[in-house]
Amino acid sequence: MNTPVTGPRFLRQAEVVGRLLARLPSSRVLYAHEDTKPYECDGLSAYREVPGVVVIPEDDDEVAFILKTCHASQVPVVARGAGTGLSGGALPMRDGVLLSLAKMKRILAIDPVGRIARVQPGVRNLAVSEAAAPYGLYYAPDPSSQIACSIGGNVAENSGGVHCLKYGLTVHNILRVRGFTVEGEPIEFGSEALDVAGLDLIPLITGSEGMLAVTTEVSLKLLPKPEVARCIMASFDDVEAAGNAVAAIIGAGIIPAGLEMMDQPATRAVEEFVHAGYDLDAKAILLCESDGTREEVEEEIGRMQAVLEQSGATGVRVSVNEAERLRFWAGRKAAFPAVGRISPDYYCMDGTIPRKRLGEILRFIAAMEQKYQLRCPNVFHAGDGNLHPLILFDANKPDELQRTEQFAAEVLRKCIEVGGTITGEHGVGIEKINEMCVQFEPHELACFRGIKAAFDPLGLLNPGKNIPSLHRCAELGHMHVSGGRLPFPDLPRF
Amino acid sequence: MTTLAATLARFSASIRAAGAADRPLQIRAGGTKDFYGQSIEGEVLDPRDYAGIVDYDPSELVITARTGTRLAELEQAMREQGQMLACEPPHFGTAATVGGAVAAGLSGPRRSSAGSLRDFILGVRVMDGHGNPLTFGGQVMKNVAGYDVSRVMAGSLGTLGLLLEVSLKTLPLPVAEATLRFEIPEDRALERLQQWAGKPLPISAVVWQGGELAIRLSGARAAVDAARTKLGGEWLESVATAQFWLGVREQTVPFFATPLAIWRVSVPSSAPPLAIPGDQLIEWGGALRWCVTDADARTIRSRAAALGGHATLFRQGDKSVGVFTPLTPAIAGIHRDLKAVFDPHGIFNRSRLYTDF
Repeated sequence: MNTPVTGPRFLRQAEVVGRLLARLPSSRVLYAHEDTKPYECDGLSAYREVPGVVVIPEDDDEVAFILKTCHASQVPVVARGAGTGLSGGALPMRDGVLLSLAKMKRILAIDPVGRIARVQPGVRNLAVSEAAAPYGLYYAPDPSSQIACSIGGNVAENSGGVHCLKYGLTVHNILRVRGFTVEGEPIEFGSEALDVAGLDLIPLITGSEGMLAVTTEVSLKLLPKPEVARCIMASFDDVEAAGNAVAAIIGAGIIPAGLEMMDQPATRAVEEFVHAGYDLDAKAILLCESDGTREEVEEEIGRMQAVLEQSGATGVRVSVNEAERLRFWAGRKAAFPAVGRISPDYYCMDGTIPRKRLGEILRFIAAMEQKYQLRCPNVFHAGDGNLHPLILFDANKPDELQRTEQFAAEVLRKCIEVGGTITGEHGVGIEKINEMCVQFEPHELACFRGIKAAFDPLGLLNPGKNIPSLHRCAELGHMHVSGGRLPFPDLPRF
Repeated sequence: MTTLAATLARFSASIRAAGAADRPLQIRAGGTKDFYGQSIEGEVLDPRDYAGIVDYDPSELVITARTGTRLAELEQAMREQGQMLACEPPHFGTAATVGGAVAAGLSGPRRSSAGSLRDFILGVRVMDGHGNPLTFGGQVMKNVAGYDVSRVMAGSLGTLGLLLEVSLKTLPLPVAEATLRFEIPEDRALERLQQWAGKPLPISAVVWQGGELAIRLSGARAAVDAARTKLGGEWLESVATAQFWLGVREQTVPFFATPLAIWRVSVPSSAPPLAIPGDQLIEWGGALRWCVTDADARTIRSRAAALGGHATLFRQGDKSVGVFTPLTPAIAGIHRDLKAVFDPHGIFNRSRLYTDF
């Protein structure tokens, strides 16, 4: 049961809870420690904070009421979907309200003629494709967590997946976002038409990590389900040769539906877990998928096969049926849990690089494995240059987490150095906020802060995430001079 | 100082001086899109000295160019490598530049299948109202660091800053293309377009006008051939059709040769016939409807709004009705605040988008 906590720190908590209870049932306004604790972290469990209050609205009116209430009391609000995010974007605040949108999970409409799904933010990504399937339609973005992750979170993070090269990111697949401003006023971005009058604000909202507005309804673009999909699994005895094969496929004018790479440590971890039939002697494997009409796929698979063989593949297997295709993918999609089995903890990174620098970055990662004495299998959205090195560590061993973070920071800086970015699809959140000071110049960061203020002048929506303060970057600069990196000194550690 | 650095220094000095004196600047290169937008005022700032392709590696699917580069030159470089800018931005004249295309944010016939110009932007470098060059996005496909400012530049009509450099995603040219023609009235054409769009067919563009529907198929040879058989219609020879699609993109087909107002009505593709008096040309699977009409703005805008879209007075007509559909107060407020972030003195392309912006 909810028991009010007393003491100076919780004075505002009592005030906010009181106001929220004026309209909402006590079952959906949580403030007792045992009720709020489950919300202390999202998918990045290294960072935890028990929220002051958790509130769970069931409709738009309640969202508006909560935002108005919090705004009047100047209480920060952190929105949360399914909590699968990997950068701590939904890390709560002790003196703030955590707004869980998990109960707003209705699919409002599937328009099979206009090919649009209208959904609430708590709808799971995969549920959209399931609901659209009877009409031969689907929603293209498919982050690995698609069974669990919600559309609201996908919009907040501009989530990707394994089919981005051909089908784009979340920003390319949403038409309209409805929601509420920090003041609790309704607002609408985009349109179910293909453009809007004035500035197109959809790109700003998508990937804004819950800092500009709260989403309550999203119109998603549905695509006709390809008639058929087939997948090639190619083995290479050298990682760089596999990288060159990726460039050769794209150079041949082919845009595969999916193009993934896994190195040998990753395939070995996965094979034991899912028995996908991966070639364990290969230094790297590529998964190359083609989808479309039967004729198209047959032609494209033939062309890709030829390119792979010319690029020195030591083995090439084409899926003969849907079951085999899904088995090829099962390994890739289970890469994170599989790695979780071989190590007490792992840290999933998310940088993007120009593909041509792949060899260089993989050599760099290998050198970092030596330097920090930590293992690091690699999975890689090869088609769009998005790397997910998985650093294996044991949080119970002294300074392994710290070494892991230093390892990760070096790799991210390398990503920037070769012309890439510190995050391809997982977001900045709290995790990479220091690296933002490296990737962006002070004028650019000032511009981001200005954008934030244009939507949220008091800075109440998810403060402290995504965009570092001037102060933080200045301090980090100082820390650079002294030679050490001490990430997030103000955050508790587990 | 190199010539390019000197050019940037000159841009920065012009912007600072204009800001200090509260003098508006008109960012204008080839002037091919002077007709588009509310009104133009201020001294010309011509970005064409800042030109050239900076980086293009076809296997990375990215081209980076300075915004003063001619659009035709950019597209030629891509074509030589078997690639294209798949959103097919209209040029409206040989002097069109890359920066102008991005600022206008317009896309051509392939938009409904390939995506909009905005969708192809990976990064920009832009000079703000303080004369500072800022970089957003980059040259990679996936990048979620910070707010996605680069894509907001598409269609901003130069109101936020002087675009300096842009990175765009490239795609391979389709191996095969074919155009089919059907005789079909508007309502049935719209219905059929929706049916086709729900099926995995390689339709890359459509145009309906005057009872005739043309559809372009693009993709693998086998896919185009199979779709041709499946869809029927009259098959047109490809040499003439390339010219035809170019004419649609550039608005040189006879439909656009009129002294009357041309409205650009953007609606959900499944919207029924507009039923606005005058002639119509339909693109983007039904989502874009060009209207040559003397109907009044209120009629056109309320019809577009009722269907969930908006209407722009694209060419000719009386601009005092407002070229672009007015914004809701909440969105207008965000526009003003964003403008103040990028252009605190309000000097860039004043009134090009809205009179108070």
